[in-house]
Amino acid sequence: MAALIELDKVSKSFDGGHTLAVSEATLDVEAGQLIALVGASGSGKTTTLKFINRLVEPDSGMVRIEGEPVDAGDAAELRRRIGYVFQGIGLFPHMSVGENIAITPELLGWPRAEIAARVNELLDLVELPQNYASRSPSELSGGQQQRVAVARAIAARPKIVLMDEPFGALDPITRDSVRSSYQYLHGRLGLTTIMVTHDVQEAVLLADRIAVMSAGRILAYDTPRALLSNGAQGDVANLMAMPKRQAERIQALTNAEPQEDAHG
Amino acid sequence: MDERTVNALGLLPNYLAQHVLLSLVAIGLGILIGLPLAVAATRHRGLRLAALAAASLVQTIPGLALLALFYPLLLGLSALTQSTIGIGLPALGFLPSVMALTLYALLPVLRNAIAGLAGVDPAVIEAADAVGMTPAQRLVQVEAPLAAPVVMAGIRTAAVWTIGAATLSTSVGQTSLGNYIFSGLQTENWIFVLFGCVIAALLALAVDQLLGLIEAGVTRRDRARIQAGLAGIVIGGGIALTPLALGAQHTYLVGAKNFSEQFILAELISERLVREGATAERRQGLGSAIAFRALASSDIDVYVDYSGTLWTNVMERRDSPERQAMLDELTRWMADRYKVQVLGALGFENAYALAMKRERAAELGVHSIEDLARLAPKLSFGTDLEFLSRPEWSALKGAYALNFAEERSYNPTFMYRALRTGDVDVISAFSSDGRIAADGLELLADPKHAIPSYDAVLLISPRRANDELILRALEPLIGAITPERMQEANFMVDRDTNKVSPREAARFLARSADTPVR
Repeated sequence: MAALIELDKVSKSFDGGHTLAVSEATLDVEAGQLIALVGASGSGKTTTLKFINRLVEPDSGMVRIEGEPVDAGDAAELRRRIGYVFQGIGLFPHMSVGENIAITPELLGWPRAEIAARVNELLDLVELPQNYASRSPSELSGGQQQRVAVARAIAARPKIVLMDEPFGALDPITRDSVRSSYQYLHGRLGLTTIMVTHDVQEAVLLADRIAVMSAGRILAYDTPRALLSNGAQGDVANLMAMPKRQAERIQALTNAEPQEDAHG
Repeated sequence: MDERTVNALGLLPNYLAQHVLLSLVAIGLGILIGLPLAVAATRHRGLRLAALAAASLVQTIPGLALLALFYPLLLGLSALTQSTIGIGLPALGFLPSVMALTLYALLPVLRNAIAGLAGVDPAVIEAADAVGMTPAQRLVQVEAPLAAPVVMAGIRTAAVWTIGAATLSTSVGQTSLGNYIFSGLQTENWIFVLFGCVIAALLALAVDQLLGLIEAGVTRRDRARIQAGLAGIVIGGGIALTPLALGAQHTYLVGAKNFSEQFILAELISERLVREGATAERRQGLGSAIAFRALASSDIDVYVDYSGTLWTNVMERRDSPERQAMLDELTRWMADRYKVQVLGALGFENAYALAMKRERAAELGVHSIEDLARLAPKLSFGTDLEFLSRPEWSALKGAYALNFAEERSYNPTFMYRALRTGDVDVISAFSSDGRIAADGLELLADPKHAIPSYDAVLLISPRRANDELILRALEPLIGAITPERMQEANFMVDRDTNKVSPREAARFLARSADTPVR
């Protein structure tokens, strides 16, 4: 089966060719998968993500969705078919929660009644009360705002959702809760998701496949299991060693005899 | 109530309406030009720098100078359109005022709109792109609403500036609240000056409050406030503009230069036109050269000028023929050259003459300009604002080799005061001025006839030449005003105590004109 999304030797420079932010990135994403792009800051993962909905236009190479080059049509129309969740949440501060969620269906010209029904459906889906629709985003907590951002991204029933460090700004407990909710939605709605994260542990826990990036290049693209196995080398091995060490440490702590607690 | 207050109140509906219309159009145009320019400027860095630099530069030009600059510009443009499409542009009044004020209103609108648009969080702009908005949708749905509070603050500043600066448009012949201030300053009618300032300030305050309400509404996304502010502006504007909708038919525009005699004569002319059933509007405080050009291009319909002034300045003649010959030649030349009708001489002269205090002249033994020339290097000379640049001064200087220690220009009222207080020794006086007799001044003889005669003549614009109503209203004034009556009327307005308004003085003249002296 052909891949849903194909990146074919895509490159981009922001300084007129002196340095490459992304260098000949090649990536095939199959329908229904959740892909994580990991790497240090400045490794080119966000730029790679933005090629897919043309927030960044590549200097060379080709991006295809369902075999069609993304630059064949209008950029705005392309983006209405692809959900996008932001690092900084990115809700429109002058619109209510409901208006934020409704924005892409509005742009697509859905009937008013259908949009209203869809907003209610989505609030249920992301586990927010329906009366939140009339609230301002600023009245919501960070986790609630991120749930709204997810609802907005999937409002127009896209097949593809792009996420740029979507849970980075949340506290650990909220992060875990929003993350699990999204993982559930991804499966239930049959989405194809590409997620940028610098949290390798998150990538390992969520992703079907992980692309490891460094200095604009994709160093490895494989399942978490394969990357964690001892075959990996160099930067990839260093990056993947982190969650492994954490897991081993937690394992050791849970297996050890409780000593201090007896007195507590 | 004080008579001057009653006068001021009577003029208010028209002055306020004109002022509001002018400000409204200028602010509206400022917004209409400023906002799209700001949007374009945020997209192109080069345009942003150029637009802001140009707008800031305009802001450094004094308001009065900006208005004055548009006059020659429009004259040139008018000549161009006249020769290409056969339609001239009015160079005086509403058009130049609106153009200058629009430029004034532009900077705050432009600067704030650029700042407002640049201040929108880049993450929100990227979000707008990412949800699939086109650039136009992004501007309307995201950038504009988020920049709106800052933009509104700019519009508010522009409105206050424009309403204040609009008072200056009086000087290019556009009626405004400035008419109170300019004519009040000239006739030392401080009630008028105060009245003009207070009304202009109140208007600016009211508009500022209403726009402030809209600004608060935009910031807090409160529709009720926005609607209340808009309703206030629409209703207030509507009430202020009503007099314009009611009047405006058959309006005759009466011009006046910037001194008391001209104000009085403009009142006299207006009153006679009104008595014949016309509506008359005054264009007061025009510069000497502007007044004639305005008449020649029919921007005003009638005013009084002086034969010698037209002879030297407009006809550019340097000879000084005998009085009647000059009038005949002037009448013929005006009709041939400009289709301007010289209706006739009013009966008095208002010549430029050099004047000194009688006792000072006696003390120095000066009785003619010839005597003066010898002592001039030790004396200081006070003039009105235009005398030193007029050909009469060149002629005098040439004929008598005059060379003063110091030359100073004043508003006419302050020029007489400077002579009284001894700040200057000699002034350029007008022979019809009531203050000559009242202040005990001596007019110095001009044995070489360097200065021509200055009969006051009624001039009619090409548009109104041989207009029956004008003939009926104004022909009785020909030869009907004696020099003594004019001096007396001028003094009623110019004296320091017990002053009357130009309108009162005009009534005094009208009474004497109805019983012709000749």
